[in-house]
Amino acid sequence: MNYTTSEMMTVAAARALSNDDICFVGIGLPSAACNLARLTHAPGITLIYESGTIRTRPRVLPLSIGDGELCETALTTVSVPEMFRYWLQGGRITVGFLSGAQMDRFGNLNSTVIGDYRQPKVRLPGSGGATEIATSCGEIFIIMRQNARSFVANIDFLTSLGHGRTGKERAASGAKTKGPTLAISDLCILRSDPETKEFVVHSLHPGVTREQVRQNTGWEIRFAATLEETPPPSHAELETLRELNARTSAAHGVMLGD
Amino acid sequence: MAECLSLSDAVARLVRDGDVVAMEGFTHLIPFAAGHEVIRQRRRDLTLVRMTPDILYDQLIGMGAARKLIFSWGGNPGVGSLHRMRDAVERGWPAPLEIEEHSHAAMANAYEAGAAGLPCAIFRGYLGSDLPRVNGNIKTVACPFTGEELAAVPSIRPDVAIIHAQKADREGNVLIEGIVGVQKEAVLAARRSIVTVEEIVDDLELRSPNAVVLPSWAVSAIVHAPRGAHPSYAHGYYARDNNFYSGWDKIARDRNTFLEWMQVHVMDSRS
Repeated sequence: MNYTTSEMMTVAAARALSNDDICFVGIGLPSAACNLARLTHAPGITLIYESGTIRTRPRVLPLSIGDGELCETALTTVSVPEMFRYWLQGGRITVGFLSGAQMDRFGNLNSTVIGDYRQPKVRLPGSGGATEIATSCGEIFIIMRQNARSFVANIDFLTSLGHGRTGKERAASGAKTKGPTLAISDLCILRSDPETKEFVVHSLHPGVTREQVRQNTGWEIRFAATLEETPPPSHAELETLRELNARTSAAHGVMLGD
Repeated sequence: MAECLSLSDAVARLVRDGDVVAMEGFTHLIPFAAGHEVIRQRRRDLTLVRMTPDILYDQLIGMGAARKLIFSWGGNPGVGSLHRMRDAVERGWPAPLEIEEHSHAAMANAYEAGAAGLPCAIFRGYLGSDLPRVNGNIKTVACPFTGEELAAVPSIRPDVAIIHAQKADREGNVLIEGIVGVQKEAVLAARRSIVTVEEIVDDLELRSPNAVVLPSWAVSAIVHAPRGAHPSYAHGYYARDNNFYSGWDKIARDRNTFLEWMQVHVMDSRS
């Protein structure tokens, strides 16, 4: 079965989640991956959205973080202050799944501005929940399309802390959680080095070359000694993802980015 | 006790030029009808507070109602930028807009602190983030017991909070269901409040003893405003008008297209 690079990315990201995870879900790419995990190998996963919906099982992907679908299919819906205070800050979430416009080699994320804060080239939506998701969840998985503008040497604004600008600032900031451990792009799977915290390529998606990864990364990217190839999407994974996307498009009357 | 007023009377009496105004609703129950009345009555120099400014705040900003915006996520969800907000911030049209930018955790805590009558909110946040560099209202405080350094932000104490809810009874008690967001906190944090509702009923018919209810004496005014949250949604009444959200992008991109749309659909339309 043929598949797109976006489908490969979403499938690889879904595989990173387990049935026992309590996952705080960002909107967009993370939401598709988290729900694909729930609809395939992790039916028991608890998905939480910042709108207060706990253990939600949406039939279609939400267009916004507060869609009615999330509430109607949730175990319970709490207020937004309760969500951020008791459930997130309280340390009850195992994985936060984030995306952003830019990431650097230490998994710091920018979702605020491209360019100068006061005179931005591109004004992005801002933090939303991301700043505290990044430091309060047990660990962070990142999903982002990879190119020289998104995987950059220096992010223009640090919205959400990864391991800090030199990879050493996380503990000093007061964060007691692991931070970003895994990043999935449309080209490869990267893991944070346990010592240096730098994100290193561990697995190339089928057909992707090292050179392609280098060209699409703004820093001198490193590859693991034993580089793997990501298993391609299975028939079942692809069918489930496509059905989910088709249901979503039909429900919203608009085509979402896959 | 809450008074039952018309929308125009409620806004005329309770929203004043220069006020700090919080219109809340997290995707759900966004008080569009009331916000449009604020625009029609030409309020000026407002400090607008909202966790997720989207189309309604784009409209208020584009019509020149705002002097400052306090927010934590600004955009048209799933669609893109807020063009009127960007035009105001980047080019000062129709008036310069000061921004005070936070994270969701900070604003949620700040509303809760406001509801609790505290001067500030304290939480574990902004660790390692650049946001404190661009927002002087983000500070730290040491825990007097453990020494842990925690984030502190001023509580949100609006002059007026405006929300939309499903129902009120004839005494003015309000029921909110579904994604309840920060609406209860916003109303309790504010000096004055307007709650627009889908229905005014004899009996709220509470299905749970723990339903989210704002008692009448905590609210200034109740306004009957059916479909008052459109194009957002009201759980149990109508769905989100996603086509409106995607269509807004084109309307808001151009100043004149925006002004013409607002003239027809808001200024010339009666509340």
